[in-house]
Amino acid sequence: MSTVSPQPEKRIIPDRLGTPFRRIAASWEVLLFAVAVLIFIFNSLASPYFLDAWNLSDATFNFTEKAMIAFAMALLVISGEIDLSVAAIIALASTAMGAAAQLGIGTPGLVLIGIGTGLLCGIFNGVLVSVLKLPSIVVTIGTMSLFRGISYIVLGDQAYGKYPADFAYFGQGYVVWVFSFEFVLFIVLAILFAILLHATNFGRQVYAIGNNDFAARFSGIPVERVKFILFLLTGVMSGVAAVCLTSRLGSTRPSIAQGWELEVVTMVVLGGISILGGSGTIGGVVIAAFVMGLVTFGLGLLNVPGIVMSIFIGLLLIITIAIPIIARRIKAMSSR
Amino acid sequence: MMHAATQKHDASPMPEAKPVLEMRGISQIFPGVKALDNVSIALHPGKVTALIGENGAGKSTLVKILTGIYRPNEGEILVDGQPVTFASAQAAIDAGVTAIHQETVLFDELTVAENIFLGHAPRTRLRTIDWKVMNSRAKALLTALESNIDPTIRLKDLSIAQRHLVAIARALSIEARIVIMDEPTAALSRKEIDDLFRIIRGLKEQGKAILFISHKFDEVYEIADDFVVFRDGRAIGQGGLKETPQDEIVRMMVGRDVENAFPKVDVAIGGPVLEISHYSHRTEFRDISFTLRQGEILGVYGLIGAGRSELAQSLFGITRPLSGKMMLEGREVIIHSPEDAIRAGIVYVPEERGRHGLALPMPIYQNMTLPSLARTSRRGFLKAANEFALARKYAERLDLRAAALSVPVGTLSGGNQQKVVIGKWLATAPKVIILDEPTKGIDIGSKAAVHGFISELAAEGLSIIMISSELPEIIGMSDRVLVMKEGLSAGLFERAALTPEALVRSATGNA
Amino acid sequence: MARLIRKRETLLLLIIVVMIAIFSTRSPDFASPANLAGIFNDTSILIILALAQMTVILTKSIDLSVAANLAFTGMAIAMMNAAYPDLPLVVLILAAIVIGACLGAINGFLVWALEIPPIVVTLGTLTIYRGMAFVLSGGAWVNAHQMTPIFLSVPRTPILGLPVLGWVGIIVVLMMYVVLKYTQFGRSAYATGGNPTAAVYAGIDTGWTKFLAFVLSGALAGLSSYLWVSRYAVAYVDIANGFELNSVAACVIGGISIAGGVGSVAGTVLGALFLGIIVNALPVIDISPFAQMAISGTVIILAVAFNARRERNRGRIILRDRAAADTRTEAAA
Repeated sequence: MSTVSPQPEKRIIPDRLGTPFRRIAASWEVLLFAVAVLIFIFNSLASPYFLDAWNLSDATFNFTEKAMIAFAMALLVISGEIDLSVAAIIALASTAMGAAAQLGIGTPGLVLIGIGTGLLCGIFNGVLVSVLKLPSIVVTIGTMSLFRGISYIVLGDQAYGKYPADFAYFGQGYVVWVFSFEFVLFIVLAILFAILLHATNFGRQVYAIGNNDFAARFSGIPVERVKFILFLLTGVMSGVAAVCLTSRLGSTRPSIAQGWELEVVTMVVLGGISILGGSGTIGGVVIAAFVMGLVTFGLGLLNVPGIVMSIFIGLLLIITIAIPIIARRIKAMSSR
Repeated sequence: MMHAATQKHDASPMPEAKPVLEMRGISQIFPGVKALDNVSIALHPGKVTALIGENGAGKSTLVKILTGIYRPNEGEILVDGQPVTFASAQAAIDAGVTAIHQETVLFDELTVAENIFLGHAPRTRLRTIDWKVMNSRAKALLTALESNIDPTIRLKDLSIAQRHLVAIARALSIEARIVIMDEPTAALSRKEIDDLFRIIRGLKEQGKAILFISHKFDEVYEIADDFVVFRDGRAIGQGGLKETPQDEIVRMMVGRDVENAFPKVDVAIGGPVLEISHYSHRTEFRDISFTLRQGEILGVYGLIGAGRSELAQSLFGITRPLSGKMMLEGREVIIHSPEDAIRAGIVYVPEERGRHGLALPMPIYQNMTLPSLARTSRRGFLKAANEFALARKYAERLDLRAAALSVPVGTLSGGNQQKVVIGKWLATAPKVIILDEPTKGIDIGSKAAVHGFISELAAEGLSIIMISSELPEIIGMSDRVLVMKEGLSAGLFERAALTPEALVRSATGNA
Repeated sequence: MARLIRKRETLLLLIIVVMIAIFSTRSPDFASPANLAGIFNDTSILIILALAQMTVILTKSIDLSVAANLAFTGMAIAMMNAAYPDLPLVVLILAAIVIGACLGAINGFLVWALEIPPIVVTLGTLTIYRGMAFVLSGGAWVNAHQMTPIFLSVPRTPILGLPVLGWVGIIVVLMMYVVLKYTQFGRSAYATGGNPTAAVYAGIDTGWTKFLAFVLSGALAGLSSYLWVSRYAVAYVDIANGFELNSVAACVIGGISIAGGVGSVAGTVLGALFLGIIVNALPVIDISPFAQMAISGTVIILAVAFNARRERNRGRIILRDRAAADTRTEAAA
């Protein structure tokens, strides 16, 4: 009976190939960053008001709230799911806070209620997707209607306007110089989410699930538990965004943040997160947030109406997705 | 030897007809591997040509080229002597090529009739689909195949054998001239195989050319006229079966004598490690009991659809058993999830390593550390140095061949991918490893390495359950064999009693 | 399993009948033919858009831009009608269908040629088309008095008790039934979504099928745009805002699987009717119209849960034959 072939000298396999530079240079984030720089330059040439510190600070309000949700949404999309109810959660959380404010509850309580509502909505979504195993895209279309619908039942066509004075700090206050509380919160959350996604076991599990949820399950990863937590995160982040937005607007209507879910998804996809799951970085989402903010702000300075701005966002989305695909096709054709 | 000495039914000897399809110098190159290397074969009308080769020899690539799914990098295809290019699957269908795949590639939600006629449904004068004619023609085709399947029911209600019949009916409906059958008998009982062969002989009489892909010699000798042997992407030998003894074909297939392919080392078998009593699942298997001892390799044999993978997945916690008891090292354990199983020391290397075992786009080292993150990380934070160290350790132990540990595992060959999966599990220090078709799709060279490695693991004291459909592998490697048939246990064989005939008889339930 | 599918549609029909019965206890006129015809008429546009969405979903895609398509196309023809009152209505309707089809073709092209996931494509075109509606109109509205009498009256004209709008709905339903059941395209749509790999092996061009699905969806959105603008006698940028989600909801309620390859025209129509009845019934049973959204949402969630139970991935059921054999031998004993 023969045995295994004799051991050859130890084969040394390197850890990594190539230089870091090559890997980074070819990435989506760099392409997007280049686009951001171009837009920045274009804007500063197009309008004299652009390069003003306070104006730029105002510009950040365009994207900070959406970006907070986008961070959590990015993790969810990487894992292969989606949550279209985030804007409706904002509406419900805002309504809850407004109702509480009418009852005289102070700011700390309002914040708790806002985030708590987001958490509860996240639990609801999480149960439907993780426990009942329902497809997230249609189930969150349902919860989207349900959550905003509850706001409509409570408020009808009225609005809540009475908020305590110090509540306005979150959306309108500044931490230092031009940096608003929202902007600082955005940066802090960006760092936290980046650490969560890129440096922890949990983040690795999210990537694994998105790449192949069978293999992840077969490797002992608690897929349902992870996805449940991700829905909790989008719920909580929507609650946080609700606090900021309500504080900034100073009032609540059931139609608050209408359409934001699609803008958040746009931000995520523009940030390089594949809608099919398994890849993408928080850095990309941060750059995408800036890009969208720069575009809307710059166009705003040129007095372009909001709805026309969305044409640019839509075009940006499609073009940035299409460019790498077209480039790959051209390369394939020329190598034949 | 697995050679059935039956008389072949012979059609009246045909003069050497011109080939209906020829492939000349076909090569297919994928990144990192040459799947086909300068292959030339010819298919003649009214003849069955057997394509023989181990898994990974290039057979399915050839089928994909013939059916227009892939376009070859080199070489040409000739139909009736004229060079053709199959620009798409439809072009191949138009040229008269049809294939019955191993896994039926049909539509569960559509009816049987529609599956048969999809793409070429009979039309009314208004060019709309004529359902009535379609149903009646489907019924006629099925009746000609001596089946009474109702053409109006949905495909998902049929058994595997019945789906095969629908695939055959589809081949007949296209009036194909070249019929490719890829391992068509994998899930069939003896009677169903006889029916299939009767149909094939009918097709021969109609002048169709048949490419019969199989690695089961008794079937090949029973039904085929000519043979082509593939090994490592090359057509090693061709000829008529009547003139070629089986040994020669085996030698062509394997490249050396079969004996050396199974380096089983005699291992001292210890006490019981895993005791399974009356394990039952609601729909997939019932009343399975066995004991696995330390250092033992328990083979699990059966036809496709016998419930072996389903059993393994239940043991591993992917599904929950309806009833049954598991004792691990004398203590009862309840496994409700893969986490429970891994913690208890039971791990599972799945049959479909691409679909279930690995995240192909992710780097090798990340795949290897996936179940072991708790150990390589510190308080939940990833530590790349630890991960690379773990990956390096097992890459060396398994003699992994890769450009770097950070390349996506999807770029590796089948054999190396399998090593990554095994390495991943070894890193968890398991007591029991369940291997599901461990050498499926692996070239013959790496197969021996995997077998050698499995023997080493047994020698080190691991207990191994090895599910396999390849008789030589099962007989060569196992200390004992559990045979399953249609979800039930069909027998437990000691090593001394392991013969191919006994196992096959047990698995198919036929004398 | 054909039984189960049919059961889904009959179940839905039953629920609708029960709902109508319940509502008619509160308001006896609810179940009158005139009222029911009115409800059908009101729901026709949703039915048409839901059928458009269904075609796309069958191919494993989604079209989030149908409402934006409707808005742009509706604005375009309303403006045409206001500027050229002598243009025959037929020309306007054809223009609406063609414009809608072109917008759909853009979606289809991006999905087919560049293989961009449909959700991303239609997310982009959703904002682009609506923005274009603004650019086209300059933000201005087209009001009833700017539209020609014929433009406004044709869909309202009753024939045999049902306005033309309702008849258009019926015709579209019949047309879609024929297309999906009797044409190569229809069957390819089911195949493409049901098992994309097998569809390719069977010679079906899945990319082209998806393209055609989007074109058809766009054309139906174009047709609906005329119906909407005429029925509500106004055209402005925000019309049908969010309506794309209603069309998806109608499909889901009707049993269309979001994974593709499964679903029937009857189911979609019933799903849309279900939503339509709820909208119509709320004032009848004294529930504030503000509750409509929450009720729709709950219904959608229940429908999805129901769909999922049907689709739950059963194992190979290896023991089934044996189980059947056992019961037979037991019965014989």
